[in-house]
Amino acid sequence: MRLDRELACRDIVELVTRYLEHALPPGDRERFEEHLVFCDGCGTYLDQMRATIAATGRLEPAALPAELEARLLEAFRGWRPA
Amino acid sequence: MEELLSPEDARLVEGLRNGDEAAFRAVMREYGSAMLRVAQMYVSSRAVAEEVVQEAWLGVLKGIGRFEGRSSLKTWLFRIVANTAKTRGVREARSIPFSALGDDEDAVDPDRFLGPEERFPGHWAQPPEGRVLGDEAMQVIERAIERLPPAQRTVITLRDLHGLSAEEVRNALDLTETNQRVLLHRARAKVRSALEEYMR
Repeated sequence: MRLDRELACRDIVELVTRYLEHALPPGDRERFEEHLVFCDGCGTYLDQMRATIAATGRLEPAALPAELEARLLEAFRGWRPA
Repeated sequence: MEELLSPEDARLVEGLRNGDEAAFRAVMREYGSAMLRVAQMYVSSRAVAEEVVQEAWLGVLKGIGRFEGRSSLKTWLFRIVANTAKTRGVREARSIPFSALGDDEDAVDPDRFLGPEERFPGHWAQPPEGRVLGDEAMQVIERAIERLPPAQRTVITLRDLHGLSAEEVRNALDLTETNQRVLLHRARAKVRSALEEYMR
């Protein structure tokens, strides 16, 4: 993708995942970063996105339904390692 | 052979091989719900997804003795679940619900940007404000993830909660690079929005 004009904030919020995934071509990455230099709103947006991702990583994985886990445990107990 | 595995994975693999129930519980705590999520992406009902996980688990037990650690334990587990689910999905003659990513969605409400008649169209009219995330925010995130469409929920959970790489998620869910990223993008945008809404 080529971004031919200066990026608006509206573009930045749609490109943020590609930016974080290192999936922007080098020229677009530069323009993205140039925008951040003068735009506090987008700087905050990016910070919030990083904070959101970090916080999601601190969530506990959900538990398996107890009945399913019990069935898996039963299979595990019944299985004898070779 | 296990020197290729992380110490934690090596311990879990060893434990499973020895029939150690603590290892069983650790694997279930860490990956159990994610295995069920992966299965649910391929089959039509929750009941069938649970059967897939059961069947996959038998495959895990059968294969654990020969598992050589060329991939991480979680990658191997999810591959077995995906393969089991795909076989099942084919039997169910049902296509995987990824065909449509859904309509275009804005990461941020368009009303928050300046309109085309303004001097700086597309720039923030109402910029976000920085705040630190407190503990209550975790519940907001959890609820926001629960409300996501299933494909988005699965991708953000595997990527950001379980810490799988983009490639691992693409392989487990049979997604293209672009679709994986679009689903992640939409999911993260909604979770951020929910947090912002809550902080206001």
